[in-house]
Amino acid sequence: MTLNDYISFVILPVLGFSILLIFYRFFKGPSIADKIIALDLLITTGIGIIAVYSIVHGRSTFMDTAMILALIAFLSTVAFSYYIEKRNRKK
Amino acid sequence: MSSIIIVILITLGTLFVLLAAIGMVRMPDTYLRISVTTKAATLGVGLLLVSSAIFFNDLSTTSRALVIILFVLLTAPVSAHLIGRASYFMGVKLWDKSVMDDLHGKYQKKTHVLKSEIDDTPGDNVMHDKTENGNEDEDELK
Repeated sequence: MTLNDYISFVILPVLGFSILLIFYRFFKGPSIADKIIALDLLITTGIGIIAVYSIVHGRSTFMDTAMILALIAFLSTVAFSYYIEKRNRKK
Repeated sequence: MSSIIIVILITLGTLFVLLAAIGMVRMPDTYLRISVTTKAATLGVGLLLVSSAIFFNDLSTTSRALVIILFVLLTAPVSAHLIGRASYFMGVKLWDKSVMDDLHGKYQKKTHVLKSEIDDTPGDNVMHDKTENGNEDEDELK
């Protein structure tokens, strides 16, 4: 069993299963804060999947995408929480 | 030799990410879910990125992986604190079996100022818990 087989048949399915679990919380989440946390965790898991995928395909260019995703995750979480807090302050 | 290290690191990282996902589903409370997101997922993604840096064995890829790890480590606590603060103001309930709430009655509803002790303006304090006072406050709001 080579490294590529191990990553393709063990690691990537487990990561995909965890994405499915987080999607369950993203659709179900009782409050909107749960959905925002689930979105943040989805993007963070996506960074890990991109890193693993770049190992499988041997292309390090995918890491640029991971860097941009990390930036966007932080910005979106900050913007969402800022507007939620502001909406409640007005009321 | 390096492939053994990569297998160990990538397995540990995947396990941490899977634990974060399971905790996301199983945790009973928004605040506990925030704690899961900011700890386990950060460690898991950091391990996956370190294994990718070891695999390529290249200066540019290693620097990119280190930059991503540094950025995730810096921003995960900040975003977790922000979303926890916003959900506390939003009135997200604590778990029934949570023992104590240190912020009970110390945030002000109008100005969002944190006071160090409970003052004598109960209409302006943010209180949400499972006692009778909290329920009365909610009824007044509605």
